[in-house]
Amino acid sequence: MCRLVAITSNEYVSPLENILALETMKEGHDGSGMGLVMKDLGGVFKDLKDYPMLSGIASKNGLAVLDDFMKKMGFKLIHEWSPRIREVKGIRKRDHYFARIYEYPEVFSEKTKEEKENLLLETRVALRKIGQEDENLIVFSFYPDVLIIKEVGDPIQLCEFFNLENEDIKAKIIFAQGRQNTNYAINLYACHPFFIQGYSTMTNGENTAFVPIKEFMMSRGFVGYLGYESDSEVFTHILHYTVKKLGFPLQYYKDVITPLKDREMKERKDRYALELIKRSLRFLVIDGPNCVIGFTPDGTCFMVQDSKKLRPGVVGGIPGKYCLTSEVCGLDRIVPKRDISMDIYPMKYEMVIVPYGAEKVLVWNQLKGEFVNGNQYGN
Amino acid sequence: METSMEIKDNQLLSIKEFPYIITWREDRCKRCGRCLSVCPNGSIVATPKLVRVVESEGPIPKPMVKAKVVHVIEQVRDIEKYCTGCAMCEIVCPNEAIEPIYNPQNRFYHYMNKGGEPYRRGGRRNDPSPSTLDRIKFIRISMLTDPALDAGRHEFRIRTYIGRLLQPENLPLTTEDGLLVPNPDAFILPVREIFPVMIGSMSVGALSPPMWEGLAMGVAYLNEVEGIPIVMCTGEGGVPPRLLRSRYIKYFVLQIASGYFGWDEIIHSIPHMVEDPAAIEIKYGQGAKPGDGGLLMAQKVIKLIAKIRGVPEGVDLASPPTHQTKYSIEEAVAKMIQSMYMAFGFRVPVYPKISGTKTATAVLNNLIRNPYAAALAIDGEDGATGAAYNVSLDKMGHPIASNVRDCYLELVKHGKQNELPIIAGGGVGKKGHLAANVAALIMLGASAVQVSKYIMQVTAGCLGDEFGRCNICNTGRCPKGIATQDPKLYRRLDSEKVAERLVEVIRACEMELKKIFAPMGRSTELPIGMSDGIGIDDKDMAERLKISYVC
Repeated sequence: MCRLVAITSNEYVSPLENILALETMKEGHDGSGMGLVMKDLGGVFKDLKDYPMLSGIASKNGLAVLDDFMKKMGFKLIHEWSPRIREVKGIRKRDHYFARIYEYPEVFSEKTKEEKENLLLETRVALRKIGQEDENLIVFSFYPDVLIIKEVGDPIQLCEFFNLENEDIKAKIIFAQGRQNTNYAINLYACHPFFIQGYSTMTNGENTAFVPIKEFMMSRGFVGYLGYESDSEVFTHILHYTVKKLGFPLQYYKDVITPLKDREMKERKDRYALELIKRSLRFLVIDGPNCVIGFTPDGTCFMVQDSKKLRPGVVGGIPGKYCLTSEVCGLDRIVPKRDISMDIYPMKYEMVIVPYGAEKVLVWNQLKGEFVNGNQYGN
Repeated sequence: METSMEIKDNQLLSIKEFPYIITWREDRCKRCGRCLSVCPNGSIVATPKLVRVVESEGPIPKPMVKAKVVHVIEQVRDIEKYCTGCAMCEIVCPNEAIEPIYNPQNRFYHYMNKGGEPYRRGGRRNDPSPSTLDRIKFIRISMLTDPALDAGRHEFRIRTYIGRLLQPENLPLTTEDGLLVPNPDAFILPVREIFPVMIGSMSVGALSPPMWEGLAMGVAYLNEVEGIPIVMCTGEGGVPPRLLRSRYIKYFVLQIASGYFGWDEIIHSIPHMVEDPAAIEIKYGQGAKPGDGGLLMAQKVIKLIAKIRGVPEGVDLASPPTHQTKYSIEEAVAKMIQSMYMAFGFRVPVYPKISGTKTATAVLNNLIRNPYAAALAIDGEDGATGAAYNVSLDKMGHPIASNVRDCYLELVKHGKQNELPIIAGGGVGKKGHLAANVAALIMLGASAVQVSKYIMQVTAGCLGDEFGRCNICNTGRCPKGIATQDPKLYRRLDSEKVAERLVEVIRACEMELKKIFAPMGRSTELPIGMSDGIGIDDKDMAERLKISYVC
């Protein structure tokens, strides 16, 4: 079972904090991969928030292919960052790890945000397909103000490998996952967190309904719903589909992946809508044991549990800095000085939401259909 | 050289040509005659025989040859009076003196076309080999990578839908104050939530009154007491008027087929109905006789049946192979579906049923474009309970496994796998593995499963099997009282017992489904299309079904 650490803060924090928290949960990940997703970037990227950033890995040839392609598409490179790699035993070094910031093609300067987002997605998918055959090019995201780093190895070693303690890389929202490989191959694309158009999730547990969900997502006719090297990638896409494509408020993500039983819906004002959702989206129900931690483009972070609450997960912190983790030792590492009686362990009906800025925590009670302030929820 | 045989002897059949051979033990038989009275086909007779015996009387052995008349039970050699193997004689014999033995060397089919009339029978496809469904294994077991669910402790929801489900993109929902509310003007087609095992179409008329009544009682009990929302299809033959006007009609799927039998009564009852039926099934084909119409032999068309069906008594009721109004699928089928919706005020889902066929995907593609079709039911080659030509039963039709898989994958291609449910049937429970066959079909892509002949076997002790045993449902002489309208025969059947068994069987099936789904980590939704969960020990089959090959 993977280990998860998400930090949302009103100040820029270093990914080192996430990695040290992962270290406290070391027995739970096996070095089969670590992923870092950083949103709302500070440090060297502080003044480049409006420009799309391409995160990925390339070989020498791959880099040339990338340059050619981006030129052809009309993207202009305005900034490039690469970690100063230090050789670490056991980690296979690849040629180029990069975060490249581009200017939109001129023809897109007047286009809507939606059109720009679609361009970025189509470009990322095209690059992924180009690089797929020989792994010359791996791209994780192409989106403004989001940086993703992934590699196979132990988190602490990867921290040294990427020289993160000496880099000026910071963000207000940072997600990290230490992977415990279970069912699928060790592959960088299988490494959480997953990202699509500003939506990201990471998960611990197994998605037993993976194949029907995957087929359902792929048959939606949307270019971004592909990949699925990991059974958990569908959680991100379901989030994107629910909120962006269907336009549902975020809390309905819970109703899509773990719908209420018919008799439980009675108290909800929107029960008729719930019935329709339950029928029409039954292929997206997650049946396995899962804790899902995610964020949306507006910087809202959340945690939800499967319908039987088979996985651990805790949210805690202080106003200005909250942490969503799979184990409480991770939370202790990040926010040691907090009132632990206010920690929230979401159960099967609860969705914990930390709005952007991390000033407060809200708990959506699925059964009652209402938000409760998190400070009424401590144990 | 002169032969000892006469020409007429040469035309006689040897007992070796018959499918079942009666073994009778003279030493055990007390000549009570029970076997003779119960034999449904007149296959045995009591007859005197003159035999040569050597006897000795008195204190000193003195063998003498005598001619003696003895009374024996003998098998009749008239092919029309063949022993069906039903073994009713063995059941009623107090001394275990008689039983039929299957004769694998038989050449029964060679001779069963007397008078130029092809062999017609009831029953099922006579192929005892395991079906594809029985070869499918459930291979994805959660244990260490993630915990399995507990079939006894966790809550399971084993439910499915019949009805045209809205695509998520088309849900008529808007957000008000952060909550989703439906558009009050939106029209949404009816959808029923049911248990995924449906009792397939067996008509009033084909089944005897206690059999049909027993199933109906069992269905009502399962719904109202056990909380298992199972539905039963009426078959083509109408519904008893009292049931039509009762609240229990909501547990029944009304079938309309090419003979429209019973629909005069149904249409006239609509204004008096207090509940809507579960659904309407339009039968275009069935697994027993693909491409052929329903058939109820004259012997079974007694007064009650004639009244329910709206026909004269004592005539063969042969439904045409196809609906006479059917001009094309694009137009006439769409119209028929809409007409049936209209008849019930657009409150009842309407779906067509076809027999398994290579053209199933073509039918499906048409239904995808018909926004009213509530499902597609496909009845595979192993499905049957009806009266049919032997050639139709044995040789016509398409196996259900690949038919369902093809249709499901076609739906996936169009993104409609949730919109248009597939209902599969045909050979479910052939080897007694009801739940496993149901689960296999669901994981291949079916949303629900229809089962009929297994239900007859388990609830009423139907004797038929894939070795041609019994299989005389068409004649009205069913020795168990299941498929007959002869009161002398159907009084043998207790409808309460049928209902009781149905409840037992469905409850057990539900538990077995949990036992399959739990270790696979599925509990809240049916694992429709969960093809990574199943495997088969044949490479070609695995490739064809796009599932794992395991050995």
